[in-house]
Amino acid sequence: MTKTAASPAQRIIDAAKARDVRSRWLLSAPALLIIFFAAIGPLFVVLIYSFMAKGDYGDVKPWTFSTDGWFNVLFERDMFDDTLGLAWANLSIFWRSIKLSLITTLVTVLLGFPTAYFISTRAEHRRDLWLFLITIPFWTNLLIRTFAIQEVVRNEGIINSALIRLGIITEPIQIMFTDTAILLGMVYVYLPLMVLPLYASMEKLDFRLVEAGYDLYATRLSVLRRIIIPLVKPGIVAGSILVFIPSLGAYVTPKLLGGGKNMMLGNLIELQFGQGRNWPLGSALSIALMAIVMVALLVYTRNAADGGQRHG
Amino acid sequence: MAEPFSIRRQPGFTTIAILCFALLYLPIATLVFYAFNAGVSVAVWEGFSLRWFGAAMANERVQEAAWHSFIIATVAALISTVVATMAALATTRTEPYRGLTFKYAFINQPLMVPEIVTAVALLIVFSRIKVWTGYTGLGYLMAAHTGFCIPFAYLPIRARLENMDLTLERAAADLYATPWATFRRVTLPLLWPGILAGLMLAFVISLDDVVITEFVKSAGQETLPTYMLGQLKRAVTPEMNAISTVFLLLSVVIVTVFFFINRKRT
Repeated sequence: MTKTAASPAQRIIDAAKARDVRSRWLLSAPALLIIFFAAIGPLFVVLIYSFMAKGDYGDVKPWTFSTDGWFNVLFERDMFDDTLGLAWANLSIFWRSIKLSLITTLVTVLLGFPTAYFISTRAEHRRDLWLFLITIPFWTNLLIRTFAIQEVVRNEGIINSALIRLGIITEPIQIMFTDTAILLGMVYVYLPLMVLPLYASMEKLDFRLVEAGYDLYATRLSVLRRIIIPLVKPGIVAGSILVFIPSLGAYVTPKLLGGGKNMMLGNLIELQFGQGRNWPLGSALSIALMAIVMVALLVYTRNAADGGQRHG
Repeated sequence: MAEPFSIRRQPGFTTIAILCFALLYLPIATLVFYAFNAGVSVAVWEGFSLRWFGAAMANERVQEAAWHSFIIATVAALISTVVATMAALATTRTEPYRGLTFKYAFINQPLMVPEIVTAVALLIVFSRIKVWTGYTGLGYLMAAHTGFCIPFAYLPIRARLENMDLTLERAAADLYATPWATFRRVTLPLLWPGILAGLMLAFVISLDDVVITEFVKSAGQETLPTYMLGQLKRAVTPEMNAISTVFLLLSVVIVTVFFFINRKRT
């Protein structure tokens, strides 16, 4: 260590640096404290609650350790003969959440990719305008956008009343309160979240590489598959993460479009804190949801690092 | 071949893109259109009228909800922008120091956790505090909103700071300006567009929040979004369309201003 050998000048510099770092901690303290008390701290409380016994009228029995909350995520005891079985209701909701979120991600990629490509190939001074048109729905209240879709798919909604008036159908097609309605809603609501990161990586696309591909007699399809898609892969991954995570935790869209029967994880969690009166189970489900999100994020960072190496 | 060969063209992409824009705007456009319906249906047109805007404005519950939304968003946006500005000053234009990455992760944390999880976490903690203290006012909602608004306010401020070098501040210090004078007369004016963008972003984020508000609010503390959520579960009249239209207009105005502030920067 050179600490003892440091010159007086070096010591003064070190002291100034330490003072700077200290004042930087002081300056960021309010933000860190607020986030601790209003976001991170409560998450630890949820973790603790998931290991407590449930209270009779909601809440928990304070400081009574129990693993029932976690147990009930996957299993349930039969009400009459006390036999053990899988909690199929919960499992089917897990499955629906993951399935619908994956399909939503896939559909938004299929729709968002051409849209982002379209924007990035406009003349430069026009791109901002097209991008602005994507940003407006993005910043419009999620509830209003879900309401808009609800008005489209309802039995008395726009699709059904138009089809009936045209004489194509006599009875309205039931779309509301089905998985299809949730899917339509989520695709609609999260599409801008896919287009924006896709555009960000397509904007940087070097079209000389595309030109080189054509010079080597590549077809349009092989240029797309072998040049464009690999180059914008970071954008595809980022967009997928941005769509998948909120889809998995979606609450408003499945509540309004899926109704009571077609619940997703968010609604199942709410149920435990409401009528279900099983706060430990609700807490365990919340932690499970967060764990799935963390895994998705981990996969993303792994992928992002890979992409950087290959194309950097 | 009518068109010259373009290396940028991909067959079908333009069609899908136009379709996407149409799909994004048609439902919203229909929603706005039926806000002006004279009849009670939100799907059958019966002539032009402004009656539903009048009905919405005269509705006392809507007035109260709008007031709650406004006051919560104002307080949350102001506090979060001030602390985010301080945090941004503390985390930019420096050599890496111990805890810097920790700060980034901490500040961005609310963006990583699903809203529903934060919502139940706050429900648990605040319901305890409500029992202990007996206080059931709007303070809980303001605190919760401030928390999740901080990362949104932080983003544009940090981006702006990273594009500002320290030359002018050093020049001010050389001319014997105190640190506070340097901040007020040099840093703040340069940083102002970023702060304004952060403030507006935080305001819109707070105004739009449904999930966390729904779980944290005490009885009778409806904001505009939670009021609408309650109404949308039932059969709706064009009054909902009218409220949505006004809300939409407000968001569009804020976002447009934000867009132009941002554009001037780059």
